[in-house]
Amino acid sequence: MATTPNGFDLDDSGRRIVVDPVTRIEGHMRCEVNVDDDGVIRNAVSTGTMWRGLEVILKGRDPRDAWAFAERVCGVCTGTHALTSVRAVEDALKIDIPDNANSIRNLMQLALHIHDHVVHFYHLHALDWVNPVNALRADPKATSELQQAVSPSHPMSSPGYFRDVQNRLKKFVESGQLGLFKNGYWDNPAYKLSAEADLMATTHYLEALDLQKEIVKIHTIFGGKNPHPNWLVGGVPCPINVHSTGAVGAINIERLNLVETIIKQTTDFCRNVYIPDVQAIGGFYKSWLYGGGISSQSVLSYGDIPEHPNDFSAGQLHLPRGAIINGNLNEVHDVDIRNPDEIQEFVDHSWYTYGEPGKGLHPWDGDTSPKFELGPNAKGTKTNIKQLDEAGKYSWIKAPRWRGHPMEVGPLARYIVGYAAGHEDIKNQVDGFLRTMDLPFDAVFSTLGRTAARALESEYQCRLMTHFMNKLITNIKNGDENTANVAKWDPSTWPKEVKGVGVTEAPRGALGHWIKIKDGRIENYQAVVPTTWNGSPRDTQGNIGAFEASLMNTPMERPEEPVEILRTLHSFDPCLACSTHVMSPDGDELSTVKVR
Amino acid sequence: MSEIETFYDVMRRQGITRRSFMKYCSLTAAALGLSPSFVPKIAHAMENKPRTPVIWVHGLECTCCSESFIRSAHPLAKDVVLSMISLDYDDTLMAAAGHAAEAAFEETIEKYRGNYILAVEGNPPLNEDGMYCITGGKPFVEKLRHAAKDAKAIISWGACASYGCVQAAKPNPTQATPVHKVITDKPIIKVPGCPPIAEVMTGVITYMLTFDRLPELDRQGRPAMFYSQRIHDKCYRRPHFDAGQFVEAWDDENARKGYCLYKMGCKGPTTYNACSTVRWNEGVSFPIQSGHGCIGCSEDGFWDQGSFYDRVTDLTQFGVEANADKIGIAATGVVGAGVAAHAAVTALKAAQRKTQTRTEKEEA
Repeated sequence: MATTPNGFDLDDSGRRIVVDPVTRIEGHMRCEVNVDDDGVIRNAVSTGTMWRGLEVILKGRDPRDAWAFAERVCGVCTGTHALTSVRAVEDALKIDIPDNANSIRNLMQLALHIHDHVVHFYHLHALDWVNPVNALRADPKATSELQQAVSPSHPMSSPGYFRDVQNRLKKFVESGQLGLFKNGYWDNPAYKLSAEADLMATTHYLEALDLQKEIVKIHTIFGGKNPHPNWLVGGVPCPINVHSTGAVGAINIERLNLVETIIKQTTDFCRNVYIPDVQAIGGFYKSWLYGGGISSQSVLSYGDIPEHPNDFSAGQLHLPRGAIINGNLNEVHDVDIRNPDEIQEFVDHSWYTYGEPGKGLHPWDGDTSPKFELGPNAKGTKTNIKQLDEAGKYSWIKAPRWRGHPMEVGPLARYIVGYAAGHEDIKNQVDGFLRTMDLPFDAVFSTLGRTAARALESEYQCRLMTHFMNKLITNIKNGDENTANVAKWDPSTWPKEVKGVGVTEAPRGALGHWIKIKDGRIENYQAVVPTTWNGSPRDTQGNIGAFEASLMNTPMERPEEPVEILRTLHSFDPCLACSTHVMSPDGDELSTVKVR
Repeated sequence: MSEIETFYDVMRRQGITRRSFMKYCSLTAAALGLSPSFVPKIAHAMENKPRTPVIWVHGLECTCCSESFIRSAHPLAKDVVLSMISLDYDDTLMAAAGHAAEAAFEETIEKYRGNYILAVEGNPPLNEDGMYCITGGKPFVEKLRHAAKDAKAIISWGACASYGCVQAAKPNPTQATPVHKVITDKPIIKVPGCPPIAEVMTGVITYMLTFDRLPELDRQGRPAMFYSQRIHDKCYRRPHFDAGQFVEAWDDENARKGYCLYKMGCKGPTTYNACSTVRWNEGVSFPIQSGHGCIGCSEDGFWDQGSFYDRVTDLTQFGVEANADKIGIAATGVVGAGVAAHAAVTALKAAQRKTQTRTEKEEA
C-alpha cells in the first residue's frame, strides 16, 4: 500500500483485471485495475496505446496549412483542433479577425460541442447505463406515460411509437445477429433502469442518431463539409453576400435560415430529450456516486467562446477560464498559458525520454523522443503485453501538470470553475439540476456529475448559438459583411521569427497549440490536449491522473465484467488519437525511431 | 402496386418509415445510374437476405470515417446497422469491451469464415514492431492480418486505410502503411477521402448487398461509380473558370459572387471524388460551394503536394483537360475518366494564360 501525494491509497495486492481494448471511445486505450476480495478497485492504471507523430509532420510546413493537419488529430471533435491552430498562427502573426468571423467560428465551435456531447452520451456512453435487451420487457403504454412525464414537450411519445421501436428491436434480437450489442453485459446487476426507461432511452439512441447528422450541417454551411470542415487563417473562408448579384454563391438569407432552423431543432432536442433523459436515468443511479477522482481537488479550464473578436480576456469568454487546486472553491486561479512555470509535461512513466529523469517542460520548449520500453515487472513480451508495470513506463500519453498538480479538464471542470467563479448561467443550471435530483452539491464530483455537466452545457451552448446567430445578423444588418482579414496573408509580410499560442475548450476540455514560425515555415508545433490531462499516467512524484483517480474505490458487481470501469472512463469522453500524437519540437530526436 | 405495398408492410414491421426507405431506394438507384425499375429489386434484396456480418477495425486514424458513416441520410445509419449489415465488431461503437469484445471478434471470424466483410479505418504503423498502435496488448497489424485472412472482401475506409493519410505524411515517423501494402491476397475496395462522403460509404456497402458483387473498381481500386470524375468536371463554378472569372483574395468582391477558386489553390482540377455531385451532409454544400478550395483529400499523398493555397502548378499549355486526363489515366487507367468536352476552348485558353503567367514566374 502506498499513498500518492494527491491522496489516493494504491494497493496492487489484489486480483489484476485487464480491459483492452477499452471500446466506445475515440482511439486506442487499455486499462488495468487491481480489485480487493470484495471486488473494490484499489489500484488503477490507464494507458494510451497509440501514437501518430503529427507535430513532427507539421515541421517545415506552411503555417496557413497547419489547421488542416491539426484538424486530423481528431475526427470526433472535428474542427476544434483546426480552430486552435488558426488561433495560434493568428496570435503569432498578430492577425485580427473580423467580427463576423468570430461569430461564425463560435457557431461552428458550439455546434461541434453540442454534436459531440449528444453523440457521446447516446452512442458512446448510454450503454453503460441503459440495457437495450431489457427494453424488450417494457410496456409501451407505460413507456409513453414515462416519456410524457419526464418531457411533456417531446412530440414523439405515443404508445404506438414505442411499440414500433420495441418490435424492431425484438426482430433484431431474435435474428440472433446482435451486432453492436453482441457480448454486452446485459444480465449484470450494475444496470438499474426499469424496462420502460430502457426502452425510452434506447429509442432516443436512435433519435439522436438521426439528430446528430442535422447539427453538423452548420459546419457544412460555413465550412463545406463535416467531418473536417474548412477553416482559414485570418477569418473564415465563407463570404457573406445577402444583398447583391451572386449571393447564391455565398452566405445568403437562405443559408442563414437553414442555420436558424438547425439551431432550433438542436435546442429542442437538448431541452426535451437529452436533459430529461439524463435526469431520468440519473434518478435510477442516485446512489451510485462513484468516479469523482480528482474533480473535487483540481480542475482546469482555458475558457472559450469570446464575445468579441481577438479578446481572450477571462471576463469576455462565455465558457469560463480558471484553475482550482486543493479543493478550494473559494479561489479561482488565473491561468497563464505562456508562463513556463505553469503548464509542464513530464514523461517519467510515458514512452518518451527527456534524457534526464524528473524533468518537466513547458510546451514552448517541449521535447518528444519516443522510447518504447516496458517496466521490469511487466508480464508478457514486447509485442504481446499481458500486464503492464506502472512503476516503469506504461503509456503513449505524457503527464501534463499545472503548477505541479494533475488536473481534470472537460465539461465538469468548466462547470466547477464557472460555479466557483459565480457564472450566473452555470450556477442556475447546476442548482436547478441538483434541486430536481434532490442531491447535495458534492454529488457533482462523480461520474454522474461529469455526465450531467455535459448535458447541461449542451443546453447552455444552444442559447449561445442563438446569441451569436443574432449577433451575426445584426452585424450584417449594420452593413458589415467582412469575413476575412487578408492583410498578412502573404508570408512575405511576416516577421522572420515569431511564436504564438492558441487555446480553445474542446468538448473534452482544455486544448492548447503552441507554434514557432521561422522564415515563413513552421519551426516547432506542440499540442497539449484534453485527454493528455485526463488520461495522464503517474508523474515523477507519483501523483495519479484523472482517469486513474476516478476508478479508485469503486465497487464492481462482477470484476470480470467491466461495466463500472467503462461507465467512469466514458464519462470523460476519452479521445486517444488526440492525446497521443504529441511529437518533437525539432524532429531531430527521430533518430531514435528505427526505420526498417 | 400490391407488390410495393407488401414490401412496404415488411419494412414498416422493421420500423423503417416509408418515406426514409423509398428515399433510400430511389436515391440508391439514381446514384448507380439505374432506372426506377430497379427500385423493387433493391427492396427485394433488403427484404430477403440475412444481414451480412461486418468486422470494422481501427488502426492509426482520427475516427472521422466512423463519424462520416453515421451522418448517412440515405440510407440512415441506423437502418444500415439494424437492417442491412450485422456490425459484429467495431471497437468505436460496440457495447462489449476487453475480453468480451475480443471474443466477439474471434467468434465472428470463426462463424462466418469467408463470408464477412472487413472494414478497415486507419492503418497499421510498422515501426517499433508495430507498437505505435496496440490493441489487446499486441500490434494492430497482427489483428489486421488475422481478420483479413478469412474475409470475403476488404473495404479500406478513407485516406488512412487507402493511402496512409496524415500520419504517413513526410517524414511518416511511425511508418504508417496503407492496408493494400500489408494485405496483398484479398480484394480491397478503396474508398478514399478525409473522410469519404457518408452516402458514398453507405452506397458502397448497399451496392454489394443489393447486387451481390463488388463494385467496378478503377486501377487504383476505387469504385468507379463515385471516383471516376474530377470535382472540377462537375463543379457548378466551372463556368466561371471557363470565363476567366476568379477569386483573387479571400472575401473579395469575386468571392462574394461565387467565382472560381482556382487561384486560391483549389485542387478540384486534380481530385477525383463525388463532392461536386453527391455533395456533403445530405447535399447541403461542399467545400468549394462554401468558399474554400478543395484540398484534394481523396488523392494519394495530398498532404505532400505543397501548400493547399498553391495554385495547381502542373497545368500546361495543352489545357486543363489534357493534363488532368493524363493524370487520371496514369493514376487510374479509367477510360473516359475526367473527359468533359465543352465548347469554351477559347475562354479556357484565355483563362489559363491569365492564371498561369504568374504561377510560372513563381515556379521559375
